[in-house]
Amino acid sequence: MNKQISNRRNYSSNFRLLIVIGLLCGGIGIMAFTMNKDNSLKVVKSNSLSPIKKDSVTSVKAFQQVYTVLMSARCMNCHPSGNVPLQGDDSHLHTMLPQRGIDGKGVYAMKCANCHQPTNTAGLHTPPGNPNWHLPPANMRMVFQGRTPRQLAKQLIDPKQNGHKDLKKLIAHADDGLVLAGWNPGEGRTLPPMSHAAFKKAWLTWLNTGAFAPAK
Amino acid sequence: MIALNINKKIYHIDADPETPLLWVLRDHVGLVGTKFGCGVAQCGACVVHLNGEAVRSCVTKLSRAVGKKVVTIEGLSEKNDHPLQKAWLELDVSQCGYCQAGQIMSAAVLLKENKNPTDQDINDAMAGNICRCGTYLRIREAIHLASELQRKGGGNS
Ligand code: FES
Ligand code: FES
Repeated sequence: MNKQISNRRNYSSNFRLLIVIGLLCGGIGIMAFTMNKDNSLKVVKSNSLSPIKKDSVTSVKAFQQVYTVLMSARCMNCHPSGNVPLQGDDSHLHTMLPQRGIDGKGVYAMKCANCHQPTNTAGLHTPPGNPNWHLPPANMRMVFQGRTPRQLAKQLIDPKQNGHKDLKKLIAHADDGLVLAGWNPGEGRTLPPMSHAAFKKAWLTWLNTGAFAPAK
Repeated sequence: MIALNINKKIYHIDADPETPLLWVLRDHVGLVGTKFGCGVAQCGACVVHLNGEAVRSCVTKLSRAVGKKVVTIEGLSEKNDHPLQKAWLELDVSQCGYCQAGQIMSAAVLLKENKNPTDQDINDAMAGNICRCGTYLRIREAIHLASELQRKGGGNS
């Protein structure tokens, strides 16, 4: 009997809780909607290179997401701190130690395209493919490996370190063929931690709210 | 039928465009100097030249070779007198020989692009060619000798 009463009490307090949560969610839903709307507007604006709407909190938050993708094996393996690409989900040095070379396409008999075909090779852990497979060139190494979020964010928006990309080119880079290849890595390789659509959204949000660098 | 330029000769190949070039060379054309080692671009036994680059024919599809020039070990020189072939004989590099066609084809790209390679250049160029018999030291020596022959004009390349 006592148990029943207390159960009933629980039900009614749960019900109240539900209403509160429901109201809160509704509020967040509306907020998210306006944010989305706002963001897509901003994308259009910054494509035509009109001023961006600065918001350091949103920007830094978006970059934290971007960072998890850029530091995942699929992106970082071709942005090594040395001159040898990395390989595998554990980002070990690429077997055979192929060298970057001046143009990032390897050297002598060890050029990337000698093994990496225009498309993925069938089978587990066989060479992934892309028509433009390469590392960043020697004079613009665009290192990700070992960079803190702050270092990487600053590097990404510095044309002297990002391959001379302005805001427009940075935005376009989200759909670059090699960036997309990260989401088609061939059999046996883990995908980046979010979908390409989610990554692109975070990337654009970061850029369009001022491309702020995190504190660390 | 797919027309393919191999060692300056046109062959008409009746094979699926997805067929690895190595299969075409060995089974369709009968050029068996190029060897199958791993089939997944890990050993270098199958290296041939595709428009002068040392591609691994086990992972290179026939379709990629169309309209390009394929050169195999059989076509590296007219009279087996490429400086590398001379140096290889001079220093008796081969042990079982299985990896050697690939080694020579890789080394040929090195010597074409670098007339006087250092030990480091040789490491960088040859690290992807594996030799089960461990002839690496003789390979290195022979590449140095071949580069000397080449500079003296002692070969046909
Ligand atoms: S057989 Fe092609 S690299 Fe081993
Ligand atoms: S000579 Fe035997 S594998 Fe190289």
